[in-house]
Amino acid sequence: MSIFLIILGMAIVTYIPRFLPVLIVDRLKFPGWVNRWLKSIPYAALGALIFPGILSVDGKSPLVGLMGGIAAVILSYLRIHIIFVISGSILVVILVKLLTGL
Amino acid sequence: MKLAENLKENFTTGIMASIPIAIGYIPISVTFGIVSSQSGISLLQAAFMSFMVFAGASQFMAVNMISGGSGWAEVVLATLVLNFRHLIMSTSLMNNLRDVPAKWKSLLCFGITDETFSLMYMEQEQKPWLKSSPDFAAGVIFTAYASWVAGTILGGAFADIIPASISASMSISLYSMFIGLLVPAIHKTPRVVIIVASSMIINAILGQFISGGWAIVLATLLGGLIGAAFERGGE
Repeated sequence: MSIFLIILGMAIVTYIPRFLPVLIVDRLKFPGWVNRWLKSIPYAALGALIFPGILSVDGKSPLVGLMGGIAAVILSYLRIHIIFVISGSILVVILVKLLTGL
Repeated sequence: MKLAENLKENFTTGIMASIPIAIGYIPISVTFGIVSSQSGISLLQAAFMSFMVFAGASQFMAVNMISGGSGWAEVVLATLVLNFRHLIMSTSLMNNLRDVPAKWKSLLCFGITDETFSLMYMEQEQKPWLKSSPDFAAGVIFTAYASWVAGTILGGAFADIIPASISASMSISLYSMFIGLLVPAIHKTPRVVIIVASSMIINAILGQFISGGWAIVLATLLGGLIGAAFERGGE
């Protein structure tokens, strides 16, 4: 399957939840547990996206991703802008690779 | 005439209000363009994705999954799961815009992201007259969308100039972006830790048995359920 078709599929499934409330004029009402589930999903998704994928950032050692991840946690805890979180963790990864000779 | 002036004014108000979003989006979309290019996604494909999908976290995720060899069904389903949250935001926005013709609403709803929605919500709390204004929404979305697509193209175009030693280390940026989204949420609502930890553990276990993409989809749905159960217990 070509990448363009995957992107098209992504576009369709991303548009559907954005568009549904246009069709359904009245406010969508879900049972309380569905609402709580929908609200929890982004956090669950981020968790699953981070771990254990982060450990394979560098093919040779899980340490590289781990250190980069710890750096990102510390930096975002300091509440600085996301771009500094990203660049800080890139810097740490470069340093770890230099120091360990990976 | 007065009405037309108001419309134009609201659109401009939206564009100006959205500038902080653009400042946030440009570095992230530039990073997206660079990471895509590193992952073997062409500039045209990355730009097409930003143009058609306009949902940051899912785009990073997709590039990661595609380069990791995931199949199309895994990528598309994981995208659906991750972006389904827009349903709640769109419900709230469309409720405010209920008198706007459907053709405009079907265009505006495409521009709902975590950031555009939160900004519109905050601004409208302070300036109630913007609540039912499609022009204000259009202005906010225009700035955000333009900066997202432009940043992607910029990143893809610059990818080749960046030294290989740095670009090889940029694959961490996807994860630091996710972490940067999560940590403030945990800070605000500590219960989020339970959701995150359970989906991480479930994902790590499932990953031993099924492919990475499906493990992420299932771990997201199950972790979310655990989170919903815990929230109920907390009430």
